[in-house]
Amino acid sequence: MTFELFIFYLFAAVLVFAALRVVTVRNPVHAVLFLVLAFFSSAALWLLLEAEFLALVLVLVYVGAVMVLFLFVVMMLDINVAVLREGFTRYLPVGLLVGLAIVAEMGLVLVRYFVLPPGSAPKPVGPDFSNTRMLGDLLYTHYVYPFEIAAAILLVAIVAAIALTLRRRPGTKHQDPAAQIAVRRRDRVRLVRMDAEKKPE
Amino acid sequence: MITLQDYLVLGAILFCVGVAGIFLNRKNVIVLLMSIELMLLAANMNFVAFSYFLGNAAGQVFVFFILTVAAAESAIGLAILVVLFRNRRSINVEDIDTLKG
Repeated sequence: MTFELFIFYLFAAVLVFAALRVVTVRNPVHAVLFLVLAFFSSAALWLLLEAEFLALVLVLVYVGAVMVLFLFVVMMLDINVAVLREGFTRYLPVGLLVGLAIVAEMGLVLVRYFVLPPGSAPKPVGPDFSNTRMLGDLLYTHYVYPFEIAAAILLVAIVAAIALTLRRRPGTKHQDPAAQIAVRRRDRVRLVRMDAEKKPE
Repeated sequence: MITLQDYLVLGAILFCVGVAGIFLNRKNVIVLLMSIELMLLAANMNFVAFSYFLGNAAGQVFVFFILTVAAAESAIGLAILVVLFRNRRSINVEDIDTLKG
């Protein structure tokens, strides 16, 4: 068993364990943390596949942003876990049955029909090969329109998330800059003509 | 030597864990979203594996787009979840039956 194979099985075992814990653990905060572990170990596996840029993006963007968003929402909501868990044992046989069936079917197909001819394993690239540069060359030439569409999707997601959660509560005090700028002197200052007071005798 | 099947079977296992998670946690919307993330991760794993073993970088570009869409999806999903919790004080799927005829 080579060292590469050992690394693969180690991280694959951690990944499967973490994924199983994500769906079975009781506390949603722990589920998010196990999902973080799953993402970390798949990032390690992607490093084995020489997809360095994607592995780092997975850690930075997914663990750093999306999972933190999950954690934020989970901790913000006051969830009654006991109510949400009550059908768990009832659905356990069905879930196991469906999961094992799909694993078996996929395994049968994958092991028989996705065999590459021997000797066709990719050669390791040299130390001066840049995965990021290759992806950038592709993204900004062949895939520039899909790239722009992805940017538009992210923009729509930002607008949608803000628009959904924005609410105007009655009774909050906020400034209206337009009204502040449009104010005139006569709205605020009144000059009053009156006699000077006499000196008391 | 790690073969293509190793990665594909790993992706299949990961995908099935996601599917089983949807069956097991059908009341908790947050865990449902996390199961979807697991399934997307399995798809990405297959894309990266094929990209490496077939020597075609298009798979990695596709993973990039899947990550984008998944981030947008989870952001909007969580926003909907927050609005839902604000209105109903619950994230139980069985409480979300206002549209039922």
